[in-house]
Amino acid sequence: MSRRRNRWKGLAYMAPALAFVAAFVLWPLCHLIWLSFTSTSLLGGGAFIGFDNYTRAFADRNFWKAMTFTLTYTAYLTPILLVLSLSLALLTARNTPLRQVTRTVIFLPVVIGLAASSLLWYWLFDQQVGLFNKLLVDVGILSEPLVWFRKSDTGQLGVMISVVWKVVGFGMILMVAGIQAIGQDVIEASRIDGASAWLRVRRIVIPLAARSILLATLISAIGSMLAFDQFYLMTGGGPRGQTFTTVYWIYQSSFIRFELGYGSALSVILMVIITFGTAMQLWLTRKGVRA
Amino acid sequence: MTIAIRKRRTRRSEYLVGALCVTLIIIMLWPLVMSLLSSIKSPDEAVTPPPNYLPHSFSFENYRSIITYHAGLATYVGNSLAVAGMTIFLCLILAVPAGYGLARFDVPGKEVLFLILLASMMLPFQALLVPIYLLFAKVGLSASKLGLAILHTILQLPFSIYLMRNSFEGIPKEMEEAAVVDGATSLFALRRIFLPLVMPGLVTVALFAFITSWNEFLGALILMNKEDQFTVPVMMTGVITGQFGAVNWGGLQASVIVSILPCLLVYLLLQRYYISGLLSGAVK
Repeated sequence: MSRRRNRWKGLAYMAPALAFVAAFVLWPLCHLIWLSFTSTSLLGGGAFIGFDNYTRAFADRNFWKAMTFTLTYTAYLTPILLVLSLSLALLTARNTPLRQVTRTVIFLPVVIGLAASSLLWYWLFDQQVGLFNKLLVDVGILSEPLVWFRKSDTGQLGVMISVVWKVVGFGMILMVAGIQAIGQDVIEASRIDGASAWLRVRRIVIPLAARSILLATLISAIGSMLAFDQFYLMTGGGPRGQTFTTVYWIYQSSFIRFELGYGSALSVILMVIITFGTAMQLWLTRKGVRA
Repeated sequence: MTIAIRKRRTRRSEYLVGALCVTLIIIMLWPLVMSLLSSIKSPDEAVTPPPNYLPHSFSFENYRSIITYHAGLATYVGNSLAVAGMTIFLCLILAVPAGYGLARFDVPGKEVLFLILLASMMLPFQALLVPIYLLFAKVGLSASKLGLAILHTILQLPFSIYLMRNSFEGIPKEMEEAAVVDGATSLFALRRIFLPLVMPGLVTVALFAFITSWNEFLGALILMNKEDQFTVPVMMTGVITGQFGAVNWGGLQASVIVSILPCLLVYLLLQRYYISGLLSGAVK
């Protein structure tokens, strides 16, 4: 009997959080789906218009351009981050004082804001007063300071350099944890067997830490698919709208052009894509619990 | 190969690793150091090309310029702190009982409810901004610090609940049974027995809530559409265009420093909590 009473007590403890999620996640979610079938605008309107927003979205060249751009950005950035984070993790996985300090320093930019780091790099890249530009000229990589954000390819490269600096430590820390979870005896045994460092990494470390490597990669890919701050602050979507990301375009449609109904339809499309990715992430983590 | 050769080899590779580590530390710190040094240049030096790595002048003029910028730096920092404080409070007040209920009671349909609580982790919050914007406009929470704190709680709650559930599950059953035998109510047990034991979890939840809220940009940009309600990240986008359309580079770097300093401080002070929270939250 006391057990039964306990059940309701437990539910009572969860009730505030459930109410919060219902009010601020589930209800907005239902509302979002409804809005995506209406012509709602900040300036009025709101009639039910069926699938019009969706047919418009599929025909919207700017939206697809933003979607393609975001996918390209993700496709470039994800492998770069994977290789760099993994290399850093392999380098610093052992616990020696110098390695631990290095890990701490590499991780520092992860805790600062993306807005702050974007504005910091926006300044470093400036053609007139940017010290990164000056550094590249001083070491002879550039012959003269570059206007990074005037062209879309150098603009994208600039954003990627700043983001790599900002987030490489995140993947590194996850992978270090994965590598440290491998028993030291396994690695020691292979060392005694005379396996070279490269062979050890390829045949033992990477397969055994595969789950955390995959997870770090997935999290970074999802983050890139949702990119906004760095482009809003560094390229402003330019030049000529070539660096709008999906989230940026949704922001533009919803809050600059006030077309909330249309923005909702775009949000639903984005959500379907991302939810697929995060579901995979959850599946991976659950699998890890059982293993 | 003989042991002597192997030893010499490992020593040589240790030197190589050491050199690499030092190089990496320099590369990673360079942007932060440049920003800090440039924030204490005179405003004139900060905008005059070509730039200097090391300041030739020294002044706090850039900081003074953002202290008096529009509504004043104190207003923006105050807004950011208030929003972060409310986010921490909301995360704790919701996640602690939820984690306790999930870990310590046989709630019917527990795992389904747990998944619902984690739902907002699977949905990108960026996609929910339109309906949340309309909801807040209707209930008078637009351009309000409480509204933004609620948005940041949406972001941070799944992680907080997950972490609190784990913390409560980590406490041995006997502790609780002893309390029940003594006739304590579950609320009493929570307050007097469990809370002191899950302190590290509480610190981690608060730490992550602070960093998320202090840094969040898109939601603040959309919701806080009145100058005197801006948080620090939104203020920074205004600083960049100084008077008469010229960029106030020195002021921008001063505001970047103001924005990143609290994060670096809490991270360096509470690094242990941060890393363990990150690992349990992501690797699970």
